[in-house]
Amino acid sequence: MAKSGDKSGGSGKKSLKRKAAIAELQRAAVAEHEATESGVQPPKTAAFPPGFSISEIKNKQRRHLMFTRWKQQQRKEKLAAKKRLKKEREALGDKAPPKPIPKTIDNQRVYDETIVDPNDEEVAYDESTDEFASYFNRQTSPKILITTSDRPHGRTVRLCEQLSTVIPNSHVYYRRGLALKKIIPQCISRDFTDLIVINEDRKTPNGLILSHLPDGPTAHFKMSSVRLRKEIKRRGKDPTEHIPEIILNNFTTRLGHSVGRMFASLFPHNPQFIGRQVATFHNQRDYIFFRFHRYIFKSEKKVGIQELGPRFTLKLRSLQKGTFDSKYGEYEWVHKPREMDTSRRKFHL
Amino acid sequence: MASDAARWNHVWVGTETGILKGVNLQRKQAVNFTAAGQPRREEAVSALCWGAGGETQILVGCADRTVKHFSTEEGIFQGQRHCPGGEGTFRGLAQADGTLITCVDSGILRVWRDNDKEASPDPLLELRVGPGVCRMRQDPAHPHVVATGGKENALKVWDLQGSEEPVFRAKNVRNDWLDLRVPIWDQDIQFLPGSQKLVTCTGYHQVRVYDPASPQRRPVLETNYGEGEDVGGWALIPSPSPGRLLGCLKGLAGSVRGLQCHPSKPLLASCGLDRVLRVHRIQNPRGLEHKVYLKSQLNCVLLSGRDNWEDEPQEPNKVPSEDTETDELWVALEAAAKRKLPDLKQTQRALQTKRRKKKRPGSTSP
Repeated sequence: MAKSGDKSGGSGKKSLKRKAAIAELQRAAVAEHEATESGVQPPKTAAFPPGFSISEIKNKQRRHLMFTRWKQQQRKEKLAAKKRLKKEREALGDKAPPKPIPKTIDNQRVYDETIVDPNDEEVAYDESTDEFASYFNRQTSPKILITTSDRPHGRTVRLCEQLSTVIPNSHVYYRRGLALKKIIPQCISRDFTDLIVINEDRKTPNGLILSHLPDGPTAHFKMSSVRLRKEIKRRGKDPTEHIPEIILNNFTTRLGHSVGRMFASLFPHNPQFIGRQVATFHNQRDYIFFRFHRYIFKSEKKVGIQELGPRFTLKLRSLQKGTFDSKYGEYEWVHKPREMDTSRRKFHL
Repeated sequence: MASDAARWNHVWVGTETGILKGVNLQRKQAVNFTAAGQPRREEAVSALCWGAGGETQILVGCADRTVKHFSTEEGIFQGQRHCPGGEGTFRGLAQADGTLITCVDSGILRVWRDNDKEASPDPLLELRVGPGVCRMRQDPAHPHVVATGGKENALKVWDLQGSEEPVFRAKNVRNDWLDLRVPIWDQDIQFLPGSQKLVTCTGYHQVRVYDPASPQRRPVLETNYGEGEDVGGWALIPSPSPGRLLGCLKGLAGSVRGLQCHPSKPLLASCGLDRVLRVHRIQNPRGLEHKVYLKSQLNCVLLSGRDNWEDEPQEPNKVPSEDTETDELWVALEAAAKRKLPDLKQTQRALQTKRRKKKRPGSTSP
């Protein structure tokens, strides 16, 4: 408070040049008078009572003035401190302490006990014998059926077509108002391994249901930020028929592992590196970003990438153990916003 | 000390990968037990119940139709027997007077003689209960009385020492307001202690109480609970007399596969597909007591009915010491326990404060 008093004293001096100068002038004049009279008095400082804060000034303009002066002072001090620190670092040279890492939300993530330890045998066994085991053992190769909710509009239809060029061995079918529970046994009998249903709301796709077919898990995602090919700037030409490579980033927890494996089982297990195409599922803070790129190595360390293909963001809403059965199915994980989203630093995938 | 670890477990959980886990809630530890040393998905545990002789033995029913005996004293699987007949997994397992009662999905209920030496392939008694059984439960007061129920399989109470016909066969409720037949799907049955009544919980969100003693074959009481909440995110606590919904326990993220109440304490253990075992306190205050992450999907849970959950480190004095080997072991344990006791309390407190600390955001430093 003394500090602010000082500053206000100092800014009081500066505000002499601006408005409300009369009172200050008078005070200053009086102080000068007193100073000349006594001869020992210190130079004029406006006397503010202790415990004074800028917000108590009733005059809005003067208050604003004092605040801007104070802010400029703070900024100056901060700059000075930075410069001082920098000089000290340079002076110390090698012996300088390491720079402190800035805190980000990803840095501060709450420790999740379900994060999979790569050496964990139980989880390894669980994964090696789950529903995707036949895919990861190269016994089955994927065959995907892509469909939409009933009566899709243009954007959704185009997204389906583009997705079918991205995912090899996929077929798009028009959903003629058929029930999913009736489609699924038909798919199983025709040897499909996965079913993708893109849900549409008010002419934009907003949801994705991914169901692994012979009684595999069903994941329901919220889809946002969908960009079709013509909306992507600086994109390359259309993707070729080569099988792309897959990148799965940051799926660390047990739930993340299950979801990552679901995505991996959509694509055939043998990527064709000649095609130089790569599909990326990047998980950050529970949002999964899908991108499709073509890359080229200009030299050993420099790569150029061109984005092809559609782009969208997914957020997992629920993971169900069997095939699609929203009413009587058994859910492995359901997103509950009021219970699970209480901490900004806790993520589930 | 594996035997020691096995003894003090509060909750036993069976998983889909065939591992039996014993969880000690005081120390927050889980120990895995497998029959063959390696987990096998064919041995997914589908039913658990206490064996003969207090709570020293557990009968584990597996998906490959074997029932294994597990000793909690020694922490090893002692034997197994194959129980063929019918199709599907075990829906109910019970033990009565040296006999083993099993019921499978397709409705074959068999009583086997539970002797290791004469593992006879023929059952003592076989009953056909009807297809689509979801649950078979034994009356804790009368060990030879069992109740079965399932999908489109009405509740029936059987007396295994009596005739081949059920003692009580429930009748479906009257047609609903549209004059349509109400479908039957009894997912879980429980005998109410202290009386002959049974309470069932259906897959269509209804809880019904039946009374075999009364001449009425229809349910005596029926209530409905929330429609959209059978995702398994909560557990229902019915109150016995007025049939009101007392409350719901939140926090589960996946389907609940197994539930059990403690006989004397107001505790409820639940396990589910989200791979976490939770122990809730039902009354004052209602909330979550313990939460343990177990890495496999959990199928069934068994609570030990002991009352003395907190006194473990002081108990080794109780063990009869006839064998000199075990004598030495116990002496060593006593010494260790005395040494460990102050540490244990400190670690408990540290654990609690750690847990509280974790809840505050931004507490971890880079």
